[in-house]
Amino acid sequence: MTACAPVPGLSFEGSVFADARTGARRLLGPLSLTVAARRWTCLLGPSGVGKSTLLQAFTGLPDGLRMDGSAVLDTGAQPLGQGALMAQDAGLLPWLSALQNVWIGSRLRGERPDHARAKALLEQVGLGAQGAQNCTRLSGGQQQRLALARTLYEDRPVVLLDEPFSALDVATRLRVQDVALDLLRGRTVLHVTHDPAEAARIADDILILDHSGLTPVSVPQHSKLADDPKVQALTSDLTRLLLEAA
Amino acid sequence: MKYLLPAALILCLWQSVVWVSDVPAFILPPPAKVAVTLWGNRALLAEHAIVTLSEVMIGLLLGAILGMVTALGLAMAPRLDRWLKPVLVLSQSIPVFALAPILTLWFGYGLWSKIMMALLIIYFPVTSAFHDALVATPPAWLRQAEVMGGTRWRVLWFLRVPAALPGLMSGLRLAAVYAPIGAIIGEWVGASRGLGYLMLLSNGRAKTDLMFAAVLVVAVMTILLHAAVNRLACKIENKSRGQAEPSL
Repeated sequence: MTACAPVPGLSFEGSVFADARTGARRLLGPLSLTVAARRWTCLLGPSGVGKSTLLQAFTGLPDGLRMDGSAVLDTGAQPLGQGALMAQDAGLLPWLSALQNVWIGSRLRGERPDHARAKALLEQVGLGAQGAQNCTRLSGGQQQRLALARTLYEDRPVVLLDEPFSALDVATRLRVQDVALDLLRGRTVLHVTHDPAEAARIADDILILDHSGLTPVSVPQHSKLADDPKVQALTSDLTRLLLEAA
Repeated sequence: MKYLLPAALILCLWQSVVWVSDVPAFILPPPAKVAVTLWGNRALLAEHAIVTLSEVMIGLLLGAILGMVTALGLAMAPRLDRWLKPVLVLSQSIPVFALAPILTLWFGYGLWSKIMMALLIIYFPVTSAFHDALVATPPAWLRQAEVMGGTRWRVLWFLRVPAALPGLMSGLRLAAVYAPIGAIIGEWVGASRGLGYLMLLSNGRAKTDLMFAAVLVVAVMTILLHAAVNRLACKIENKSRGQAEPSL
């Protein structure tokens, strides 16, 4: 991404329904979501309220789901060409090495893979030594870090993350979060998570999604360090809100 | 190795039938007589086996290529799929055996009518297996590729084809067993060389032991061919499923 490229925000307006043939069942909404440009927005909520569905609305819903409304960039354009997606399922290609999985986007677009950058990204997520290994030999947490490296390699102005750190141990999680925070600074990030501590630490904006809809939570200025008292206070506030929502 | 025990069992059964029923050798020759004939006629059998083997190999190669190209075409052009799929299925309702005389008429008594038989008999299994696998790429992978901005042909080449290789391999395994059937039928209908021709010839002259020897050679040839294809298929499947070290 060039430094002066415009970074759009995201907006969703409408509802999502399950397969209409069996009688449309509303899965999500009606609601309206705005993700501010250049900010890291966390979508927090209990399992099953449609957080992932809301994320998928921007990249294309799975078969059997239908959207009534719009999910677009705030420029009005479709997000497909400008976003990078890290889905909950790592979706690694089993016949490729870790490194080849990082630059698969280049291959699919017909660009020359940037070996140096892919290697550097693997180093940064702590997989420098595993580049030549087959990705199926990696542990669950390593696969998740690999998927994150692949998402970061895409270098897009808009980044959609679905539970990107869920399989990582605490120490690795904090380290990888720092890498993501650093590399995604100035991008528009929509990050789905069910972990209040994660949201409290890294989000610029937090929205809680439950069955009644979206509720914004005010986020104080803080150091983005896990042991910052403000982060810990926000974590307990979020936990309380989630308990009330459940 | 795994064929040794069944082979020994069949030999025992065969020999027992010969002993118990006391059939004349021109109806059912004992295994030992077939073995002697096999060794005594090894040059003759080899000469005809080479003909059949080349028909099978060329038919297998061309049929596999044609099947793969068709499957790719169908996968890339859904409209073509709608028109061509019924034609393909319909073509399967005609027994290939019934086509053998026509193919001999069209392609002559030489290699080509047999190659065409082998090709026709494996074309559908290869096409069908590969096509089914090509349209079964996990939707999550396709979505990811779409978000990445992958082009249609590159997504086909770098994602759908590698993911579909195990499917193609099951088609090829079937093909390795079917192709010799096609070639032999072709030779029965009209040929002057090949193991099928030799079978008919020795049968007509009551040289049942030579016929059995020819059948044995066909069987061994098919088993070896299947084993070779299977070996290649296992390698490719392991790579596709990520069980082998990738080559960087």
